[in-house]
Amino acid sequence: MVQPLTVLPESPSQTAGPYVHIGLMPTYAGNPGAYAEEIGTSPIAEGAQGTVIEIVGSVYDGTGWALRDALIESWQPDAAGIFPGQPGADPAVSGLCRFAADAVSGEFTLRTVKPGPVPSRYGKAFAPHISLWVVARGINIGLQTRIYFEDEDNSDDPLLARIEQRPRVETLIAKKIGENRYRFDIRLQGAGETVFLDL
Amino acid sequence: MIDQGPLIPRNREMHPVPYYPDYKTSVARSPSLPLLSMESGPSEETGPTFGHDQIGALDNNLILNWTKGAAPAVGERILMHGRVLDENGRAVPETLIEIWQANAGGRYRHKKDGYLAPLDPNFGGCGRTLTDANGCYQFLTIRPGAYPWPNRGNDWRPMHIHISVYGHSFGQRLITQMYFEGDPLIERCPIAATIRNRSQLDRLVAPLDMAASRPLDFLAYKFDIVLRGRRQTMFENKLEGL
Ligand SMILES: [Fe+2]
Repeated sequence: MVQPLTVLPESPSQTAGPYVHIGLMPTYAGNPGAYAEEIGTSPIAEGAQGTVIEIVGSVYDGTGWALRDALIESWQPDAAGIFPGQPGADPAVSGLCRFAADAVSGEFTLRTVKPGPVPSRYGKAFAPHISLWVVARGINIGLQTRIYFEDEDNSDDPLLARIEQRPRVETLIAKKIGENRYRFDIRLQGAGETVFLDL
Repeated sequence: MIDQGPLIPRNREMHPVPYYPDYKTSVARSPSLPLLSMESGPSEETGPTFGHDQIGALDNNLILNWTKGAAPAVGERILMHGRVLDENGRAVPETLIEIWQANAGGRYRHKKDGYLAPLDPNFGGCGRTLTDANGCYQFLTIRPGAYPWPNRGNDWRPMHIHISVYGHSFGQRLITQMYFEGDPLIERCPIAATIRNRSQLDRLVAPLDMAASRPLDFLAYKFDIVLRGRRQTMFENKLEGL
């Protein structure tokens, strides 16, 4: 026999379901005024340092259909790569945004500042990226992924370096479609499947 | 700043399987390739913080919050309460918990829900709160009704409350559902069945807690939540090749 190892297992996830917006984005659900102040309506406030960018995209299922009910959260540091709460962080960057696929077109838009590179514990910095967490009906545990940018130097990024099939790196890289505008599509399954993360 | 150490890697055995044919929507929405596993970094080890000033006085009272206190919602009054802990058994204080649910008839206040059960004019169906210094939280609400949903020929969701938690870092992010002790629909639900480990599913079933219920007012159900913890060791070596 051995001493009992007392580790509490993490509570299991369950799907966020089709009505997740009631809880996280009440105005989108059709319930404006549920709260005096909604959380995550914008990752930046007036006066945020850096370049304001807009990222558009859709979340596609395995048949190529754009989800109309996906909800995404993004988390990021400021333009200098400092996260909210860390010393020296830009007070106008809250870092968190909640956005949803449009109920008609399935397209989402994220307006934010371009983040700076982030130091890692082991030397090489992470190239500028925005972390995403995707939930919807039919997704039993939230999917983590990242947006990198095609106009940044991603060559030394320790996470991208771990992707064995090099063409799959492209699934994490937002494509420039205009001045400070990018496109980033998420493919849940099948051809061009996005690299999802377990970090 | 003290480096608290990386997050303990997620044990996916404790979670639902992503692909579960009895839950039909999961079939085309589950990744078919493996996840890329790597030790957490700053993006996962930091996360948003929320202040008490952002939370309204009635935000955790779903019986009254939709009408701003003017009239109570219809339904069986219940207290949902518990603690948020991490895998190391430490309390998670000051973390945001958000919940949403159907009304007593099983109808959601959402532009996409057209179930024939009526809306309750006094019930919105969302609430939020911050845990206290000991990781404890409370919501006053009504017991949600079971409801049918289009899946197999005749599927009904057991009574449940959806729960979203942040913890202290984005990598701890979790959305789950609370079920109610004794509900026979739990055994028949393909969404509950996506959790293949029975003892893990049991952890989502809240027991009736008579000690916390208030005579002549409400019943109580206790629901504790465990989030990912962080590895804490004084021996953190630089990993080569990263
Ligand atoms: Fe539900």
